[in-house]
Amino acid sequence: MVQALNRLKESASQTAGPYVHIGCTPNFLGMDGIYPDDLGRAMVNDKTKGERITVTGRVIDGTGTPLKDALIEIWQADAAGLYNSPSELRGSADPNFTGWGRQPTDLETGVFSFETIKPGRVPFTDGRDQAPHISFWIVARGINLGLHTRMYFADEAMANREDPILARLEHKVRVRTLIAERQADTYTFDIHLQGARETIFFDI
Amino acid sequence: MSNLNPETGPFFPRDRSWQPKAYTPEYKTSVVRSPQKAPISFPNTISEITGPVFGHNILGERDHDLISNFAKPGESALGERIIVHGRVLDERGRGVSGALIEVWQANAGGRYRHKNEGYIAPLDTNFGGCGRTITNDEGAYEFRTIKPGPYPWPNGVNDWRPAHIHFSLFGDGFAQRLITQMYFEGDPLIPLCPIVNAISDARAIEQLIAPLDMANTIPMDARAYKFDIVLRGRRSSPFDNKLEGN
Ligand SMILES: [Fe+3]
Repeated sequence: MVQALNRLKESASQTAGPYVHIGCTPNFLGMDGIYPDDLGRAMVNDKTKGERITVTGRVIDGTGTPLKDALIEIWQADAAGLYNSPSELRGSADPNFTGWGRQPTDLETGVFSFETIKPGRVPFTDGRDQAPHISFWIVARGINLGLHTRMYFADEAMANREDPILARLEHKVRVRTLIAERQADTYTFDIHLQGARETIFFDI
Repeated sequence: MSNLNPETGPFFPRDRSWQPKAYTPEYKTSVVRSPQKAPISFPNTISEITGPVFGHNILGERDHDLISNFAKPGESALGERIIVHGRVLDERGRGVSGALIEVWQANAGGRYRHKNEGYIAPLDTNFGGCGRTITNDEGAYEFRTIKPGPYPWPNGVNDWRPAHIHFSLFGDGFAQRLITQMYFEGDPLIPLCPIVNAISDARAIEQLIAPLDMANTIPMDARAYKFDIVLRGRRSSPFDNKLEGN
């Protein structure tokens, strides 16, 4: 006999279901008066440092139809490449930037949209710079376990080329599923759940 | 945040055989919404080990009391009054303090307060159906609510969800983000449910079923159910796998 490891198992995930808004964005549903505002709605204020951008897109199913009941969360560094988190020991992040946003997809069009700033670069485990990126987490009816992916920026071609994570992807043809195209101040990032253009999801 | 020594270790790899698979055809909506290619693994970086944390200042006084937080003054929600309490732990068995928990549920008749909901059971004018709280230093939390009713849903011609409360959890790293559901001990609908059965390991299902907790019942007021939730744990080791010489 040896000692027991005494590890617990992570609770199993269950779908967020079609009514995730009740718990996470009740004001979006018109159920106001319980919480003053939906958490994660505003990431920036007047004093936030960095380049203002809009990140928009859709989550598209295997038939090409956008999901109208998905919930998207994003997590990113500030303009200087620091996270607003107690586990960030490299410095103090911009106090006027939360780094975390949460938005439902529109009930009619399926479009989501975040007002944020372009993140700075953060290090990989070996100290090399990663390309600027935004972490995404997607939940919805029919998704049993929340999906993690990342959005990179089309106008950061050089940084993307030397990014340690993009570089290790075997199927180079799929890298473009992670790259948002820029038009003026708006980046568009469509997430494909299936098919030839299936977005790369990460097991992190 | 009471966490004076923030943790910076990478998370234990997720056990994907314990978690439900993406493609579970008995739950029909998953068929066109499940990724078909393997998810790609890479070591946790600062982007995964950090995450948003929330202070108690975001909480209103009645955020954790679903019986009263939508009710007219002096009134309360209809249904079986219950306390739902427990701890948020990580895989190492440590209490997770400062964890934001958000819950949502149907009313006692199985009806949700939502634009897209069409079940004939009536709304309760005194019940909204959402609540939130933040765990204390030991990782403990508590809600007061009414027991939600089971409800029919369009999947097979006659599928019913067991009574359940939806739980959303934040730890302190974005890779820990979790949404799950709490079920009630003794509900005969649990083994019939295609969403429950998306989980293939019976022990993982049992972990989501809250037992009746008579010791914590409030006499003449509310029964109690105990529901512990486990989030991913982190490696505590300070040793990084840096390249030699770096
Ligand atoms: Fe439900």
